[in-house]
Amino acid sequence: MQKLYKPLLFSAALLPLAVLIYNGINDKLTANPIEYITHYTGDWTIYFLLITLSITPLRNLSGKIFIVRFRRMLGLFAFFYGCLHFLTYFVLDQFFDFDAIIEDIVDRPYVTVGFTAFVLLIPLAITSTKKMIARLGSNWRRLHSLIYVITALGILHYYWLVKADITVPLTLALIFTFLLVMRLPMAKNVKNTLFSTSN
Amino acid sequence: MLITKPSDIKPSEITSKSVYLSRRNFLKTSINTGIAGSVASSGILMSGNAQAAKLDNIQKSPYSTIGEDLTDYDSITTYNNFYEFGTNKEDPAKYSGQFNPKPWSIQVDGECNKPGEIGLEDLIKPHTLEERIYRLRCVEAWSMVIPWVGIPLGDILKRFEPTANAKYVAFSTIFRPDEMPGQRSRVLRWPYLEGLRIDEAMHPLSILSVGLYGEELLNQSGAPIRLVVPWKYGYKSIKSIVKISFVEKQPRTAWNDSAPNEYGFYSNVNPNRNHPRWSQKKERRIGEFLKRETLMFNGYANQVASLYEGMNLLKNH
Repeated sequence: MQKLYKPLLFSAALLPLAVLIYNGINDKLTANPIEYITHYTGDWTIYFLLITLSITPLRNLSGKIFIVRFRRMLGLFAFFYGCLHFLTYFVLDQFFDFDAIIEDIVDRPYVTVGFTAFVLLIPLAITSTKKMIARLGSNWRRLHSLIYVITALGILHYYWLVKADITVPLTLALIFTFLLVMRLPMAKNVKNTLFSTSN
Repeated sequence: MLITKPSDIKPSEITSKSVYLSRRNFLKTSINTGIAGSVASSGILMSGNAQAAKLDNIQKSPYSTIGEDLTDYDSITTYNNFYEFGTNKEDPAKYSGQFNPKPWSIQVDGECNKPGEIGLEDLIKPHTLEERIYRLRCVEAWSMVIPWVGIPLGDILKRFEPTANAKYVAFSTIFRPDEMPGQRSRVLRWPYLEGLRIDEAMHPLSILSVGLYGEELLNQSGAPIRLVVPWKYGYKSIKSIVKISFVEKQPRTAWNDSAPNEYGFYSNVNPNRNHPRWSQKKERRIGEFLKRETLMFNGYANQVASLYEGMNLLKNH
């Protein structure tokens, strides 16, 4: 049964893309499809970053060690949706207009942080293989703690983009904070106490 | 004030009175400009809204913008920024069904000789409805071309006899949180406020619109009456107007309240002013793939640049 988890999760992670394609074929991407695709792929990048970050606290709470095996795949899906997001911007939105892209990166804070987050994801994706983990040793952990910076920048990117309604970026920030708090030794202790009393 | 350059349309292209007085002929000419096709299909495309009523006796106007393809009716009525009904573009079409724009009256007050409350029918009756095809440029760097139906704002304002103290005109959207779900959260300070300098308000391009594509405005488009000022960013064109005040001092405006460094009182379309969120140099016309250059004053510089002579438009943004 556990052998099925990974392919199932892999398929589930592709669902957002399938939905996007389905809506695209059925002309349901609003009157401004490029904007819609940009926002949609951006949303899912952040969702997958948060899902990836929820694995460790989930493991701690549930005691099910095996779920850690899904973390790399989930992280790579964050990178996958991040690539789609960036490519949508680069190709569909700006259509290779390098001047406009550079202006955006330099002049518009929300693009500056979003672009930084995307660039920082690249080394994490590259070093996600077993070989690289072995080669980097203890440095691997240090490098991959960049995911916290990347997620923070991604949410900031969203927060700085919206005109007035900050409900969604604020909710994402709260979830992110919660996931960080769950990593504190204190939170682990809470779980341990619960666990030992129930035993 | 005398406007010396009214339009870029040739007199020979203005439809004669005998033609525009006839509804049948209006439709016939519309087919030539691609309007009727969209009107005909609009019944199927509209969702969640009652079919809009047709407007009669619409006159063509020399102030209409020519040489632009019209944005299709479905896009105009499903892709809206109208935060009173939610902050997503699809929200106004989805969540404006509870809003009841009839009956409607507008309160006019302030620096004028004939203040008072006036019903919408009485407000419109003395005037001839005109079709005004205008570009609409949103600050979010997208644009449309919309065949509005409306009345010159100046013609209406004059009836209330503004005094010499009327330096500005302030507008207010209705506040009805029961019918406007977006007003239940404090995304902006409600009610939505806008304002124009009196000479901007009296400019012949400024209109109060009651329809588009020959039909009454749907709720998501600002029913039953809204402002349209085509050389300014879209948010200046305040919707569902319930109050007009002649005032001496520059009035508060909703987006300026929200982020003063981003949204100035004037908010003239200006590709030269850098904006922290969207480059204003280019825009995507809805329905097109490649972006196009944004024009100063949204392409209406010939008609309106004289309003701002000697002003620093980067400072007075």
